Formats: sequence, structure tokens, C-alpha cells
Amino acid sequence: MATVVSPRGQRYVDELDQIWIERRGLWGWLTTTNHKRIGIMYFFTALAFFGAGGVEALLIRTQLIGPNGTVLSPQAYDEVFTMHGITMIFLFVIPMTTGAFGNYLIPLMIGARDMAFPRLNALSYWIFLGSGLFMYASLVQGHAPNAGWFDYVPLASKQFDPGNNIDYYGYGLIFNGISSTIASINFIVTIFKLRAPGMSINRMPLFCFAFLAVAFALLFALPSLSVAALFLELDRQLGFHFYDAAFGGAPLLWQNLFWIFGHPEVYIIILPAFGIATAIIPTFVHRKMVLFPLVALAEILVAFLGFGVWVHHMFTVGFSTLTTVYFAAASMIITIPSAIQLFAWIATILTGTPQFKTPLLFIVGFIVYFIMGGLSGITVAAIPFDQQVHDSYYVVAHFHMVIFGAAVYPILGGMYFWFPKLTGRMYNERVGKISFWLTFVGTFVTFFPMHIVGILGMPRRNYTYSPGLGWTFLNFVESIGAYILAVGLVLIVANLFFSYFRGADAGNDPFGGDTLEWSTSSPPPAYNFAVIPTVTSPYPMWDRADRERDSGRLDAGEGLLNRGHLTPATTVQDADADEILSMPPHSGWPPLTAFMLTGVFVMLVLHHYWIALGFAAAAGLTLIGWHQRETSP
Amino acid sequence: MLAVGLAGCGKQSILTTRSKPAHDIALLWWWMLAAAVVVFFGALALLIVAWVKRDTPGLPFVGEREDLTQGMVLLFGIAVPLVALVALFGVSDVYLVGQTAPPNPRTTSMTVDVIGHQWWWEVRYDGGRAVTANEIHIPVNTRVNLVATSADVIHSFWVPALNRKIDMIPGLRNRILLDATSTGEYRGQCSQFCGFQHAHMGLEVFVQTPAAFRAWLANQSRPAPPPPSAQAQAGERVFMNSQCASCHTIAGTPARGDVGPNLTHLATRTTLAAAEIPNRPAWLAAWIRNPQKIKPGDRMPDLGMNATQVSELVAYLDELK
Repeated sequence: MATVVSPRGQRYVDELDQIWIERRGLWGWLTTTNHKRIGIMYFFTALAFFGAGGVEALLIRTQLIGPNGTVLSPQAYDEVFTMHGITMIFLFVIPMTTGAFGNYLIPLMIGARDMAFPRLNALSYWIFLGSGLFMYASLVQGHAPNAGWFDYVPLASKQFDPGNNIDYYGYGLIFNGISSTIASINFIVTIFKLRAPGMSINRMPLFCFAFLAVAFALLFALPSLSVAALFLELDRQLGFHFYDAAFGGAPLLWQNLFWIFGHPEVYIIILPAFGIATAIIPTFVHRKMVLFPLVALAEILVAFLGFGVWVHHMFTVGFSTLTTVYFAAASMIITIPSAIQLFAWIATILTGTPQFKTPLLFIVGFIVYFIMGGLSGITVAAIPFDQQVHDSYYVVAHFHMVIFGAAVYPILGGMYFWFPKLTGRMYNERVGKISFWLTFVGTFVTFFPMHIVGILGMPRRNYTYSPGLGWTFLNFVESIGAYILAVGLVLIVANLFFSYFRGADAGNDPFGGDTLEWSTSSPPPAYNFAVIPTVTSPYPMWDRADRERDSGRLDAGEGLLNRGHLTPATTVQDADADEILSMPPHSGWPPLTAFMLTGVFVMLVLHHYWIALGFAAAAGLTLIGWHQRETSP
Repeated sequence: MLAVGLAGCGKQSILTTRSKPAHDIALLWWWMLAAAVVVFFGALALLIVAWVKRDTPGLPFVGEREDLTQGMVLLFGIAVPLVALVALFGVSDVYLVGQTAPPNPRTTSMTVDVIGHQWWWEVRYDGGRAVTANEIHIPVNTRVNLVATSADVIHSFWVPALNRKIDMIPGLRNRILLDATSTGEYRGQCSQFCGFQHAHMGLEVFVQTPAAFRAWLANQSRPAPPPPSAQAQAGERVFMNSQCASCHTIAGTPARGDVGPNLTHLATRTTLAAAEIPNRPAWLAAWIRNPQKIKPGDRMPDLGMNATQVSELVAYLDELK
């Protein structure tokens, strides 16, 4: 927006600053309900877990650098690879995308002043933190989950895993699921109801379409996981027999329930990456996305179709051919919406005037690895071939290309892209490009040889391997790649860290972005926008006249909503002005509730059931406190 | 170069095939690889063109024709993948899937039961008349109905040269066809994570001429031969009076345990500890002395035997032919 504000406008800005003033210091962060602060807390927490998962990955690769490795015992290796999977999926990618990027950016992109339920938003963060620390406490106790991230029974049953390793997993995922469920509800309501006047559904940024699809997918997929984990704990703690074949239970029930969640989960992981790509590409190629409506539809379709393919994780369990063939067909169909998006990105870059700055480089890297992972994904939809390479390193290669190469690259590119918005400073472009190339080469050298090792018959999850099977050299190469990759990732963090202190002044809109977050100051004020913007296209920042009109309205004192903590709500489809919502100020209840819930799960895993019940009652009491009417600040 | 490298090396490669189903899957892989290479480099070429012409908007040589740009997305995003996927679906999921489906038992000449254990394979012939472990013998050019199940957790039976894998799930009897086209020794490995020693759960399939196979099976069906030497007799006493007999079976003796592999004809096997170490006296002694060193976390405990007991045991076991 206007960088020069008239004295009259300035008076309104000062007034809003006063109304939306935030508590300072540690207490301010603990009790905040501001989506940007919550997003930043999500960011640093998820980044810390990314570091932990990365260290676990390096331990794995160091163990496998040569045959008969002895860095880790088999017991330790099982815990490390299990924690690596759980961490990267539940404690890094999902909180980083929905929690950090979604929280910080969606209200800014849709022209809102906060998420629809700010205190619920805080609660979802504190529960995520609690569940992450809970799962990592298992390492402190020396009993980390050790049956893999998909935790197949009966290996994970009490009989074959008598310690409480698996209980950290079972309880941890139920706990973590609460956070994601709350966050999804919040995203759906926010995106449906808090869009700026004029931002009808068809004018919503593609980024928001992707996050909307993710929120719905999470909401429908998580119950299956929570039920599966609940059954698991009932089996383990109370001697139920849901999964026990000897008592009429079915080990395959776990696999079905897990993958009914687990496959939508794969798209939950990758859809935000699609969203970030569609936010970065137009900015750096200076043109609008090719076939915007089709891309939006494809994003939704991917999330929807993702619910119908779970059996392709189970092609070797002995289902009838007809069953597997249906799921193979459904899996192949997902290629179409994915290919539409892929070629829409490529066509947009090809027909625009691209500036290959660091964020766009990461998106190009994402496209390259997404094609690679997508193609290997199609090969495993060919049932007989999948039945050969299933649970081999070929599959490890495939999903790391997709999850690391495709899902994490846009996160890295997005970190560079929105860094100036968050901090008001520019990152170092030269170092940025070096960090990209290190990461890009490291990714290829680490994960590409895994395809070949898999074809040569190396099963996944082996804590070691014998020489003479043709796997030695390629494993060595993979491990070297992992070290290169680690250097690249550390360089990204270092670049941003030093730029925070030394970077050049970025201004409001350093890249000529197309969405509303670039219209406000960097970093944005607590209320995001002094004047509630009015939107007439999916590229509001490229509609100069609209934005100048907004500045004019500030001088005139229109659209300020300066009578309290207010944000406008609009109608679901057309985004016509609907009502004015009064947003709650800071609150100490969400972290307190999350603390009590953490107590519940800690006591459950330690078998102190009465104390757990006490914590549950206390959590209930905090909800009563929460719903007392709070005084305005 | 890659092709030669892939086909040439690896005892467990899916591309070194000795049966029709495995061969067909390998062929499918080469065709998919060829198609994937074309798609990958085609898309990469578009990105490279974008980099070369980065300062001019619009398609190269065409300019800013939005309909052509959109047409490109529809062509590569919908039309081409649709054709390619229908073709792949037809070949792999309509035709080839039938080749790797469980065989109709009436079309097979014999059945072998394989039962997964943590961390070894129990192999049963003729409904249990002959029981062995970790090494499966089958006759060449014979359709064998392999029934796979598990005694504890989920394992997966996988001998890449002979066919695709099949999971071994407690309570289920999954089946797969073994129909080897040439004699030889083929390595396999458990491919579903099954606990601490998942990495050391190998197996060997010996494809023999029908005559050699019949002779082998006839021998396996007999009880264990009596120990020939005094040392071996001492070894038998050690075996029967220690924990050994409570976990292992030796047909024709009181040893009836079912935790570890059947040892009735142990000396006819070429490997120990689920195809991880060679079956030679020195290795056998090392295994008895300290199994936890070779397979940490394994079910076989450290028995605390002295050197004499170990050498007597080895002498006994080495005569179980």
C-alpha cells in the first residue's frame, strides 16, 4: 500500500496500533492469539523438529555408508528410522505448511485481520508443541517408537513390543491429531468466511485453494488414524483383540485404517507445496497462471481422489486381483490432475519472462523432482512391478523424491520468498543460489541411486547389509549425497539468520508479488491492513487502481473498523460484506488447556491412570475458564 | 551403461530373472523406464527453453498466443497421460497381473508351505513330512504352489529372480507361483520390516533337476541319522540335556521344540542363521558360542557352553545329513 501516509491517515494508523497493541516479552508470546506470532512459533518449532529429523537421517545414512555398519545397534536403528518418519511427517511438514505458512499467510492473502478462531489457533499450536515434546520424551526415556512410521501390527502389539515405545506413538498421534483437526476447522472457516469483500471463490489465490483442500483432507482423514491408534492402545493396554488374528482380530484392519488416513496424508503433505509453487511462479515470471480455474479444480481433485487409492500401499498383502486393479486404476487417474498442474506451472514459466531468483529456483527444483517422483509413482501403479519393488529401496527413492524433492522444496523456496515480508529485510541472493545448488545436487545424489539399489533387491528398513549383493558402492554414494544435502540446508538457515541482522531493507513488495500480503508493511502490523481491502481479481496487487483506492479510503477514514478488535466477515461464495466480527484479544487459556492435555498423555504412557484423569478434569476446567467472557484489552 | 550395470550385478536383482513372471515384470520395467526417460527429458527441455528465452514473453517462435499455451497444458496434462496410462493399465494391470496372480492349485504339481518366524523361514513339504528351514528346494520347470503364512509378525516372501513378493500374514494363507526355468541357487530376503533382525532374514531357493530334487526330498523325509562317532554322541547328549532341545526339533529324537528351525538334516544345508553365514564347522561353533554377536536381538540366546560342549555339539550337528 501507500508508503507515504498523509498525517490524517497516520492518525487512523496510530489508533489501530493502539487497539491491536500486543503484550511484549515472553508472556506476550505465551498468551498471543495473533496468527502471525502463532505462525512464527510454528515455524521455529517445526524447524527444530526438521533439524532433529535431519540428524536422524544422517545417522541412518552413516550407519549404511558401508556394509555391516556398527554405528547403531539394530535396536537403535529401528528407533531412529521410526522417529525420522514420524518427525518429518507429523512434526515437520504438516506443522510447517499448515501451521507456519498457512497461519501466517492465509489471513494476509485473503485480506483478513486474523484467523476465524484466534484462541483455537493458539490451542492447536500448543497442542502440537506438547505432542512433539511428548513423542521426543520417548528418546529421553530410551524407549522411542520402533515399528516404523506405519507401525504394522502384530509387530507393534504388546506381545512383540512389550515396552512403552509404541505407546508414545499411539498416544502421540492421537494427541497430535487433535491439533491438526482444530487447525483444519479453523482454516476452513477462515477461508470460507473471512475473505476480503469482493474476493469471491473464483478470485481466491491458488495458494488458498490448496490449503482449503488440505484442511478438508485432514479433517476427513484424521479420524481413521485416531481410531486406528485408539484400537492399538486398547489392544495394548486393555487386552482387546482388534488386530489379533489368534482371537478373531485382523492385522490387515490396522493396515486399512492406517492407509485410509495415510494416503490422503501424502496429498496433505504435497498440496501445500503446490500452493506455494502457484504463489511463487507468477511473481517471478511476471504473468498470471495459465488455466487458473483448471489448476484450482485440479488441486481440489487431487485431495478428493487421494481418498480412493489407499490399497496401493497393500498390493502384496494378498487381496484379490479385482480389488487391487480398482485401486491401481484410481492411483493412475490421480496422474491427470497432477499433470495438469505440472504443465500449467511449466507453461507459465515458459511463456512468462522468468527471473530465476532463489525462490523460483527452488520451484524449478521442485518441478524436476516432482516429475521424477511422479514417474516412479506411475511405475508402482503397475501392480506386478509394485509387487516386485514394494518395500524395497525403490519405494524409498520414490517417496523421498516426492516428499523431500517435491513437498519440501517449495517450503525452502517459500522461506526465501516470504522472508522479506516477515522481517523487512532481504536475504542474500548469491548465497541463496549456492544453497539451492547444494541442496539440488545433494538431493539427487542421495535419493536417485536408491532406485537402483531397490531394483537390485535391497529391502527398506535394514539396519545393515552384507557385502557382495551389489549394494555397497551405491549406498556409499547415497550417504555422501546426504552430507552434501545437509550442508545445503544449513546454508539456507544460515543465510536467513544472518540476513535477519544484516540484510538490505526490503520494503513492502520487493518482488512485485500478486497477492494482498505484499500490500501491507514488512513485517505487517498486528491488524494486517489498516483499511480492509476490496478485491476485484485473483491478482489484487496487480490491480493498481484498487490498491490506490484503498490508500484513498485510509485518508478518508473508511473501512478501518477501528472500534475494537474487528474484522469483516463475508459470504461464502461471493464474498459480499456480511457482518463484523469481534476478535478475542490475547488469552492464557489455550496454552493452559494444552498443558493439561499434555499431562493427560504423559500420565497415560506412564500408566498413572488416576493422575491422567485428574489432568483431564483440569483440562475441562480450563475450557470453562476459556468460555468466560473476557474483558477487552 | 545403466542397463548393463543393472542387469549384470546383484544376486537379488529383479532384472536377473529365472521365471516367466519375473521376466515379464523386468520387461515391463524396461518399457516403463524408456517412456519415463522420454517424459522426463521432454519436460526438462521445456524448462531449459524457458531459461534460454527468459527475457521474451510468450512461447518461442509463436509469441503470446494464450490459446496455444493452454492447448499445450491440455495436451501434455490430459491427452498424452491419458493415452499412456490406458496403455500401461492394459499391459500391467489387466494382462500381466494375471501372470503374477496366485496359481490355481489344480494347475500346480506340488505345494510348499513357508512360514515366517522372527527371523527365519520354516519350510514344509507334503504337509509336514519333511521340514527344513531357510533353504527351499524345488524342481526345475515345475509349477510349485507356495503357501506363505506367519507364526508371529508380518513378513514378506521375496525371491526376485523367481517372482514378485507376497506378504506372510498371521491367520492368512497367501499363495504365489514358483516356476523356475533353470537350475541354480537364487537368493531372497524378507522385505516387510519384522523387527531387530529384519536385515538378516535371508533365504536361498535351490532349483534342481527333478531327479536330484526327489533324492533330496526323500532324504529330508527320513528321521535324523544316529550319531556315528563318540564325539557326536556326546554332542547329542549335550543337545538333549540343554536348552537346545526345548527350541529345536530333530526328528527321531526327543527334541521337539518349535521356536527355532528344524535341525533334522542341518548338515545338508549350505547356510546358517537365515542364509547369513556359511554352514561350516567353524561358523557353526561361532554361532553356538555367541549368536547375539552375529544377530543382535535374535531369539537364540547365549547358551554359556564351554569349548568342549561346543565342539561336541558341532560334531553332532555336522553329521545330521
